Amino acid sequence: MFLLFAGLVAIVLVSFPLGPFAVDTGTVLRVLIAKVTGAGHGAGAVEETIVAQVRLPRIIGAVLVGAGLAAAGAGYQSMFRNPLVSPAILGVSAGAGFGAALGLLAELPWPAIQAMAFVFGLVAAALALTIARLLGRGSTVVLVLAGVVVSTLFQAFISITQFMANPEDTLPSITFWLMGGLGRIRSEDLIGAAVLIVICLAALYTVRWPVTVLAAGSDEASTLGVNRALTWAVVIGASTLLTATAVSLAGIVGWVGLVVPHLARMIVGPSFDRLLPAAVLMGAGFLVLVDDVARSASTMELPLGVLTAVIGAPFFVLLLARVRSQWS
Amino acid sequence: MTHNPSPPALEAAELEFAHSGGRHRLAGIGLRIERSEVACLLGPNGAGKTTLLRCLLGLLTPSRGTVRLAGEDLAALPARQRARHVAYVPQSTATTFPFTALDIAVMGRTPHLPAGRTPTPADRATALGVLQDLGVGHLADRSIAQLSGGERSLVLIARALVQQAHVLVLDEPTAALDLGNARRVLDAVARLARSGHTVVMTTHQPDHALHYADRAILLSDGRLVADGAPDVVLTSERLTQVYATPVHVGTVALPGQPVPTPVCVPVLSDPAVTPETSGSVS
Repeated sequence: MFLLFAGLVAIVLVSFPLGPFAVDTGTVLRVLIAKVTGAGHGAGAVEETIVAQVRLPRIIGAVLVGAGLAAAGAGYQSMFRNPLVSPAILGVSAGAGFGAALGLLAELPWPAIQAMAFVFGLVAAALALTIARLLGRGSTVVLVLAGVVVSTLFQAFISITQFMANPEDTLPSITFWLMGGLGRIRSEDLIGAAVLIVICLAALYTVRWPVTVLAAGSDEASTLGVNRALTWAVVIGASTLLTATAVSLAGIVGWVGLVVPHLARMIVGPSFDRLLPAAVLMGAGFLVLVDDVARSASTMELPLGVLTAVIGAPFFVLLLARVRSQWS
Repeated sequence: MTHNPSPPALEAAELEFAHSGGRHRLAGIGLRIERSEVACLLGPNGAGKTTLLRCLLGLLTPSRGTVRLAGEDLAALPARQRARHVAYVPQSTATTFPFTALDIAVMGRTPHLPAGRTPTPADRATALGVLQDLGVGHLADRSIAQLSGGERSLVLIARALVQQAHVLVLDEPTAALDLGNARRVLDAVARLARSGHTVVMTTHQPDHALHYADRAILLSDGRLVADGAPDVVLTSERLTQVYATPVHVGTVALPGQPVPTPVCVPVLSDPAVTPETSGSVS
């Protein structure tokens, strides 16, 4: 776990100099230390702006979104005892995206957009679960299919909002949600999002042991004295709020919530008390790295959601092949 | 609480369960299982064995009647308290995620953990000790998905022991086990009863009840057919009627065994012949 933490710190430090405008590591450190201590840093004004106003919020945003999505994915997977679900596959991401798009369409302030994202994320999760429960009676595959159906439905709703949006201002904003990206993150949004994400992670952390027991079997957890309904409500609520917060910060970024929990599970095992911190650290590191690629791979900024899909999809096939034997 | 100085380990009175679909029903079940008894629940598929087990575990709420554990009303016990009285050993199926045998066993500490805490190294040592007692200590770090059915059953029993409940409820612990593994699991269950645990288990093998149980409980169509000592309850006539197939309960004298071994065998000859006259065993 310490190694994972050290890895995240290293990734964050390496990431500051990267981008269309190169800043050397020494300058980055001087500016950051100056920000904390209030002392002078001796770097130019442009460097300071790049590090403190552009890179810092962006990297913090990547850490928050990556950690949030990975934790949500680990939560959903453990709770449904289903290694194939994630915020995106359950339709929560699309639901939250639709909520955010509606908020943008109505030109609501950020907290209201956030709330809309959460409400529609919950609606999407509830829909997927209801369909799965009616048709599948606990089947892994049926829950995935129900999620795909719900996701498609909300994607369609998003298209409607795009169709109705003003092509001058709101349409580009909504389109940004569809592809995902951290380029437009604003420092003032970050603080609220950080608070929400930390609260949700803390909530998940307090139920880490009941979740571990539930991940091994629902009836058994009940006979071991676990309060199923309470644990369920905490995990679904926190995971959905994490997803909604991540979506309202960075748009729909898929695959992080599916692939990262798997990677973490391969390293620390399926017990949620170890899986949660590992997924948080790895999700944060992963998204910071992907965002490095997004802003430095080409002269044009690449959409984050597109990149995570390009990296995540083949990677997931690889994972499926490797851990297939443990699931059957 | 009753004022009886030693209430039975498990008691059910006037137990009724009705499912909206009409299936899974129980009616008028009364049971009294004493401390340290091994009770076997028998009956054809759909007789209500699993429904009764789930009512005894508190996983289903009976529509009428009460279940008492050592005199305490199950319905009034909070989940954690309940988990300290009665432990569940489910059928040996794999989990979705690759938990190790030790991961599973240490989950037995759950009802004893303070809220918001995880098991301590001491808890893990306890769980490892129980795995070793059951002869599966060497499997502690193996994923239970990689274990055989018999090994997995023993790991699930270990979890129930770590739970320190005095009543163990086992759902077909020998299902899908070969002869040797079934024997090892049942021997482990018998040892637990001798060490003071009360055991309730379902089985499809009347032999298991005849060989291991102090009490046989025969269910059919959601009702109690008979309840008592296995050799009294499990007669040829009753089993033939309940399972709707001719069987014979007799004994086999084995060389070197002072007491004949009771057995239940199917009657393969002309079904018109009654089990009494076709008996070829005793």
